[in-house]
Amino acid sequence: MIELENVAYSYGGGELLSDISLKLAPGSFHFLTGPSGAGKTTLMKLCYGALLPTAGHVRLFGADVRGLDRDDIATVRRRVGVVHQDVRFLDHLDVSENVALPLTVSGRHAEAAGSDLTELMSWVGLTQRSSALPPELSGGERQRAALARAVIMSPDVVLADEPTGNIDWEMSQRLLRLLIELNKMGKTVLIATHDLSLIRATKAHVQARVLRIANRRIQLAGADL
Amino acid sequence: MKFDLSSLRAVFARDRQADRVVPPSGFTAQLTLFAAGAMAFLAVFALALSLAAGRLADRWGDELARSATVRIVAPQDQRAAQTAAALRILETTKGVESARALSDEEQSALLAPWLGEGLVLDTLPVPRLIEVIEKEEGFDPAGLRLRLSAGVPGAVLDDHSRWRAPLVAAADRLRLLGWVATLLIAAAVAAMVTLAANAALAANAQVIAVLRLVGAKDDYIAQAFIRRFTLRALAGAAGGTVIGMLAILLMPRASEEAGFLTGLGFEGLHWLVPLLIPVLAAIVAFVATGAAARRTLRELA
Repeated sequence: MIELENVAYSYGGGELLSDISLKLAPGSFHFLTGPSGAGKTTLMKLCYGALLPTAGHVRLFGADVRGLDRDDIATVRRRVGVVHQDVRFLDHLDVSENVALPLTVSGRHAEAAGSDLTELMSWVGLTQRSSALPPELSGGERQRAALARAVIMSPDVVLADEPTGNIDWEMSQRLLRLLIELNKMGKTVLIATHDLSLIRATKAHVQARVLRIANRRIQLAGADL
Repeated sequence: MKFDLSSLRAVFARDRQADRVVPPSGFTAQLTLFAAGAMAFLAVFALALSLAAGRLADRWGDELARSATVRIVAPQDQRAAQTAAALRILETTKGVESARALSDEEQSALLAPWLGEGLVLDTLPVPRLIEVIEKEEGFDPAGLRLRLSAGVPGAVLDDHSRWRAPLVAAADRLRLLGWVATLLIAAAVAAMVTLAANAALAANAQVIAVLRLVGAKDDYIAQAFIRRFTLRALAGAAGGTVIGMLAILLMPRASEEAGFLTGLGFEGLHWLVPLLIPVLAAIVAFVATGAAARRTLRELA
């Protein structure tokens, strides 16, 4: 599904990632940990074609990312839902319009997916906030809206970069449950986090693999919780 | 990114949701509307100038090309005889449709602007003028001059070509200048729309990043901006064109006395020509915004 083979990534003259090999199989659940600045976000961006590796190969759904043009990358992103820590919305659209944005840009109108959208808003607990504008949302609500937007196209893979970074424990548990639920629906999930308690909390519910980035490499690949 | 008929059609296809992905912007919208309106207003006048100059060139060319003048410069006692002889020659000249000597009243009227009314020609050495109207195929001026010089020593043929040519050339040049002005106005619209589109694209870099994150293709993003600027240019230019046409309509009517300036306007089907200005402005905006969007999206990738 998503495969990195001997990938390196350099930025500003220095190598940030080196000799990274990783395979995200269908239906798998992964955590990506490591200290701040270790390259977690960079690795996530490599996983959805936002960055190109300086060495090695990144294959997205079987296609080498270097052979993909911008339109191909856009098509790939419809199969990969992304949740960032500093989640960005279109502030002039309300929450439900933002959640439906992947449908809109792919030519599928939100009206056509009306019931799905309603269901999704209910699933993330934002039914009452669907008419609010993004600046009016709390941190937790923003993360849940971002998750809803990431999954509305029913993607094969969900990548979440520090999804609980700005929210309290209770809200992070709620978000985690949603991600686990997605995984049980057959979605591949990769969560970048430095919050070990989040990883432990997942243990009871799902078989998750923990990958640790340190010294530019993945060091604990294959370690199960 | 493609720019074909389907992308042009997409500009006019109402897609409420696609319209809303780009936030409404303030000054670029006003700038595009104002620039397109002002330029369309100027383009109406440039077109009017060009078309009026064209009519003038045609009229001068047609009317003057089909007429000539024979001057009989002879002593008073021979003038009538030489005039009659010249008329006889002209009547038998191939390519001459008609020839007639101007009456004393007509000649006095011609001189009135310089010498005043009530002029008595008998007291002045004024030559007799013969107006010659040519047939479609025209006459041979060199041959006619030879025949006149042989039979009428005081006759001088003026076929108007000497002073008609620079007039027609000037009118043609004026027409050309009108078209050049129209093209320059179109280029200015393109430049201003490009500036406004670049400003809007730069201001919306975050919006573009979000759209890309959720899987928007470059065509989709570009189309959102193209549609907005094309419709603005169309609306602004339509307003400017209507105002320009009203201004032309309210100009004084053309008259012999007032000359060229009062003839600045449109006649008949020419009134339809300025209606093309909003369409052209929209096409210019479509191409300019498309190019700006393509460049910006490439840079932001």
